Amino acid sequence: MSRLLVCPPDYFRIDYEINPWMHRSNVVNPDQAVLQWHRLMQVLEEELGVVLERMKPVAGLPDLVFTANAGVVVGRRAVPSRFRYPERQREEAHFEGWFHDHGYEVVTLDEGMYFEGAGDLLGFPNCWFGGYRQRSDIRAFPILSEIYGKEILPLELMDSRFYHLDTCFCPLSGGDLLYYPPAFDRYGQAAIMERIGPKQRLPVLEHEALKFACNAVCVGKRVILPAGCPDTMALLESRGYQPYPVPLDEFMKSGGSAKCLTLALD
Amino acid sequence: MVQAQETVVLRGHIIDSLILAKVLDTILMMGGTFDLQDVSIGKTRQEASRANILIQASSPQLLAEILQAIQPHGAAVELERDCRCEAAPADGVFPEQFYATTHLPTQVRLQGQWIDVERIEMDLGIVVDTDRVGARALPMGEVKRGDLIVSGRTGVRVSPLQRPQERDVFSFMESQVSAERPHGHIIADVAKRMQVLRDRHRTGLPDCKVLLAGGPAIIHAGGREALTWLIDAGFIQVLFCGNALAAHDMEAELYGTSLGYGLSAGRAVPHGHEHHLRTINRIRAIGSIVAAVKSGVIKQGIMAACVQRGVQVVMAGTIRDDGPLPEVITDSIAAQAAMRAAIPGVGLALLIASTLHSVATGNLLPATIPTVCVDVNPAVPTKLADRGSFQAVGLVMDAASFLRDLARELGWRG
Repeated sequence: MSRLLVCPPDYFRIDYEINPWMHRSNVVNPDQAVLQWHRLMQVLEEELGVVLERMKPVAGLPDLVFTANAGVVVGRRAVPSRFRYPERQREEAHFEGWFHDHGYEVVTLDEGMYFEGAGDLLGFPNCWFGGYRQRSDIRAFPILSEIYGKEILPLELMDSRFYHLDTCFCPLSGGDLLYYPPAFDRYGQAAIMERIGPKQRLPVLEHEALKFACNAVCVGKRVILPAGCPDTMALLESRGYQPYPVPLDEFMKSGGSAKCLTLALD
Repeated sequence: MVQAQETVVLRGHIIDSLILAKVLDTILMMGGTFDLQDVSIGKTRQEASRANILIQASSPQLLAEILQAIQPHGAAVELERDCRCEAAPADGVFPEQFYATTHLPTQVRLQGQWIDVERIEMDLGIVVDTDRVGARALPMGEVKRGDLIVSGRTGVRVSPLQRPQERDVFSFMESQVSAERPHGHIIADVAKRMQVLRDRHRTGLPDCKVLLAGGPAIIHAGGREALTWLIDAGFIQVLFCGNALAAHDMEAELYGTSLGYGLSAGRAVPHGHEHHLRTINRIRAIGSIVAAVKSGVIKQGIMAACVQRGVQVVMAGTIRDDGPLPEVITDSIAAQAAMRAAIPGVGLALLIASTLHSVATGNLLPATIPTVCVDVNPAVPTKLADRGSFQAVGLVMDAASFLRDLARELGWRG
């Protein structure tokens, strides 16, 4: 059974601008955000059957809701994030504290070694991919590779709108990959194609990639993705997946969607 | 022209992710060059790889731009440390862990600065002078007790050979050793270089001397006139040879024979085998080759031309030598030192028809000096390359034919 870490959006708002999606003028509707978040939780629990671990929201940390950036957890070992922007660095202690309090072995990276957690580290059982350049530092991956004994292929993120790997790259169960190829350069695309066979690559169209169709949560054959991505849903269905669209546009104001709002714990 | 260089380290899963390819492409696209050093590939998919990349650029500014461009991909400047020095334990003995040189351009890091190792040559040690922050290559036999000798590999960097700007046979940097390949273009390229070097040498520019190391087959095969002309015309500034080349050259002058064979008739002449001995004896009686030329006993030929043109001659003896001639240095270590002292300023080396002198000279030459090895026996250029002088272009042909063709390219009408 999957366990996910989430954080209620009690204090979610746009207080600063650290990606091209964020505009302070684009005010979040708090009631709507809460409704959307609870709907997501409901689908996760009831449709996908996952267990949710809720962490306590903190006033003044609007992005704590995006738990994908808490760090990365495999087994009982957690590596908390080192955020690039000072605005989010204040979240580090809270995430690290949560891992400690819940009995995880916490391995920390050196200060200044930017790494934004599962937002930039995703993969398949035997091969992980790491997004770098926008937020995480490529030098973090050899260290994480040693910590977890996994191969990590770094992929440069070329487009600032897709600033975390999980905004344009979503490994699915069964070895399929939902992704937006133009977010990567030709080296990254070649590396992906070398590892993921043509039949297992599910390229998302630009207009849906911009709705964060790739920021999806996959449990078994069920996939939660932001509402408004019919082509991606059809693509998923054609490969035997069952899509669950959830409206999450309030969180898109901050450049996040379904995947950003969750962290896989095991 | 390389003005700046830096070594960076790239580690992680850099092969399958094509990060290494991306970094190398970036260096080239920006106008730099690279040399991959110490690449270790992970043995399993989990195991990371590592590459040390030496980056070279035409200016420090370009180098800085390249470093800035590749830094986000994880290419970090390697933490640099000074070289480690140990005192030599005794005269003629290096410390146990001494760094053994190659003949490639080498730098050592002293007091935080990368400095060039002077007089680089293969198979030596490096002695540092901490007072004047200098370093030079040093033969084992010349080390003095207490000399500071570079030990280990830390703080030592070796640069690959740059492709020469001239687009000629030397720019391929591969030894061509085959009797079946055409020779004409190689000889034409050598001639072109010699023409340029002579012109520069005459205007006083440095590193424009041409060194010729040759064996007696030059005389036997009929290359004497052509070589004499090359020396007379100012194309050769340094000559390395043994007792035999000089003896047969002067034998030809005094008796018209080479090792007893009439050079024009091509027949053994009666008692001709004595001619070279009588020649050597004659010169010994006079006291020196220089005196023999100056007194008019020897008027023409290679040795006469050398004396008349002020060519620096180093003659190294061997166990088989008759006599030998007075200028021959019979202590082989002293001969090696004399040859070594004549190398600075050389811009081209011609190693012709002598296994011993070719290999000995090859061992003393830095890789940066374009070198041609001519021998009728393909084993000689091969041997030279096998002993590390990879920069030498091998030419399998008769010494006299080579010298004649070369001289004709340069205007000889013989």
